[in-house]
Amino acid sequence: MLGLGKKDVTLFLIVAVLALFAPFILNPFPTDSGLAQFNAGYPDLMQRFVIFGILAIGFNILFGLTGYLSFGHAAFLGVGSYAAVWMFKLLSMNVIPAILLSMIVAGLFAVVIGYVSLRRSGIYFSILTLAFAQMSYNLAYSVLTPITNGETGLQITLDDPRILGVSATADGGIPVTNLFGMEMRSFETLTLGPWEFQFSVGYYLAAIIMLISFYVAIRIFRSPFGMMLRAIKSNQNRLYYTGLNARPYTLAAFVISGMYAGLAGGLLACMDPLAGAERMQWTASGEVVLMTILGGAGTLIGPVLGAGFIKYFENIFSKINDQVVHGWVSFLPDGLEDLVVGLIHPFVGKGWHLTLGLLFMLIVIFLPGGLVEGGQRIARRLRRKPAKDDAKSASTTPAE
Amino acid sequence: MDAIILQILNGLDKGSAYALIALGLTLIFGTLGVVNFAHGALFMIGAFCAVTLNRLLTLSHQVVDETRTDFLGNPLKVDVPYVQDLFGESLGASIIDWSVPLAILFSIPVMIAIGVIMERGLIKHFYKRPHADQILVTFGLAIVLQEVIKQIYGANPIPTPAPDAFRGSFDFGVLLGFDPNAIIYPYWRLVYFAFAAVIIGAVFAFLQFTTFGMVVRAGMADRETVGLLGINIDRRFTIMFGLAAAVAGLAGVMYAPINSPNYHMGMDFLVLSFVVVVVGGMGSLPGAVLAGFLLGILESFASMNEIKSILPGIDQIIIYLVAIIILLTRPRGLMGRKGVMED
Repeated sequence: MLGLGKKDVTLFLIVAVLALFAPFILNPFPTDSGLAQFNAGYPDLMQRFVIFGILAIGFNILFGLTGYLSFGHAAFLGVGSYAAVWMFKLLSMNVIPAILLSMIVAGLFAVVIGYVSLRRSGIYFSILTLAFAQMSYNLAYSVLTPITNGETGLQITLDDPRILGVSATADGGIPVTNLFGMEMRSFETLTLGPWEFQFSVGYYLAAIIMLISFYVAIRIFRSPFGMMLRAIKSNQNRLYYTGLNARPYTLAAFVISGMYAGLAGGLLACMDPLAGAERMQWTASGEVVLMTILGGAGTLIGPVLGAGFIKYFENIFSKINDQVVHGWVSFLPDGLEDLVVGLIHPFVGKGWHLTLGLLFMLIVIFLPGGLVEGGQRIARRLRRKPAKDDAKSASTTPAE
Repeated sequence: MDAIILQILNGLDKGSAYALIALGLTLIFGTLGVVNFAHGALFMIGAFCAVTLNRLLTLSHQVVDETRTDFLGNPLKVDVPYVQDLFGESLGASIIDWSVPLAILFSIPVMIAIGVIMERGLIKHFYKRPHADQILVTFGLAIVLQEVIKQIYGANPIPTPAPDAFRGSFDFGVLLGFDPNAIIYPYWRLVYFAFAAVIIGAVFAFLQFTTFGMVVRAGMADRETVGLLGINIDRRFTIMFGLAAAVAGLAGVMYAPINSPNYHMGMDFLVLSFVVVVVGGMGSLPGAVLAGFLLGILESFASMNEIKSILPGIDQIIIYLVAIIILLTRPRGLMGRKGVMED
């Protein structure tokens, strides 16, 4: 189906179902129950899941397949956002031209950066991309202020021209981003008993684009082009000896990956038409790396999982404050309760980055393949147990 | 002419910091072959060593001072640091005043211990793993260290003053025969530069003139052969890691008065220090030092108004621009050797 193998179809369908039914799946707890804070089914967060999923899928095409570790991927995200917001300012509030332009601009940007950076590999490549990203970040803050609006960030205003749209709505407000009239931020609420589900236009647009990107990524992974990229990862010299030039392939991977990041940036701007330079900072690039590694670099589903995982815990963990923890452990005696709260305190709320750092270290140390490898190991262990017993009995019988 | 000298001087203190961090990075890379993304965090911890010592020394208890009264006429309560009880009032006060230089002594054992624990506990397990894994795990460690410091000391920068004697600026131009007020330079920055020069000299002397240093250099050149000669090269490399951590820490301690320590200062310096290492040439100690000073001075030249008016924004990107040009024209960096990180 769709030119995919049987396994890939299953994988794609699983992701599609998860993405399309996310408002249900992520909202397992009734609205007024104590566990409602663990619900992630509100549009804002779900949008971030899928958008950062796109970013991580794109990063994985570069890092997972070719092994080139780019530490400047956020630059493309930022450029994409700026391009999209400019489109909102100049053309219209329709998201289609904004998304297209953000991909094109990020792609061009990636051609330039990739052409230079890919002359070197390994750590040098990482540092070159880092240097380019920091350069863009610094420029966005200083000289390029007319384009980027510096520290304030680029935003849409009432006196923007918007040739194909309107500068201001009838009641004098700033028009909102839309897809042929469907406003991105509008949503339908469905109430089922104690549950409440929200279906937002913005989320479904982002989810469908994510599914398309995921499909393209599967096709790339399974294509001869993908094989070539894997060959670059495993042994570039051998590739040269067989008379193949790796550079065009890596550059193509870099540009594709940059366009994915641009797309993600454009989508971010569609959901909230605002672009700031901090999106390009190297910590943002680091976050993409974290997502991909956490999920499992080089696997199809890993980056999406990683992105969802990090964004979910970022939101949920940082909401847990001391009072919430007190609520959980209130059954303990007073002194013990304070002790437990004191122990948990550094890791939740504002300390979420500490948890993230620790988790990331543990993953790199013990599970280099990320969550996907963890899942595979568990599955193998579950499957191996009965098989092991069979082997034992089979091997012992003839010996006796 | 005086403007040029002023810019060179201005670049020296940042250049010194870059050089010291890059030196440590290169030491670690040259000996253990590990790309340490947590090195900036070590620099930051060094700066917080100064903060910690300052706080320890100013620990105080309240005493009722009968001779003074507050605005209600009651006897005033004054904070008296324990140090003043121990050493007497004037000596105690000057100990507190000199807390930053004293922190040098305090930080060396702390930093060496942190370095050795880091190497034995974590990085040892990553020698056989790909460079990408080393980058990732040390990056994670950097996040953890940074967040721990943030938990303890909060997110705001903590002003840590230099000793009174070095506060303020002096007229450097007069020494060189320029007009007064042409070159005004803060004392502490000069101290920082001198300190950096001493540390760099000490590290080079240690490697060049001691037996230990000779073995380490031999190990850098050919680890296996040195191991086959019956020398425990791993232990020496561990010590070198501790030493590199101490160099970064000392750079941080002395930098505390220049820039109030905050938890992300390490990351800010790390990115630049990596660029410095790469420009200098991976694995080349003189290259790291040279590139550190060079880039520091170039940065300060680029922030001159005359240059900014021709090329706006150049001060923000000069370092990266230079790095890109150097990497493309001299792929091994200024003084890189053949065969180091070629893959």
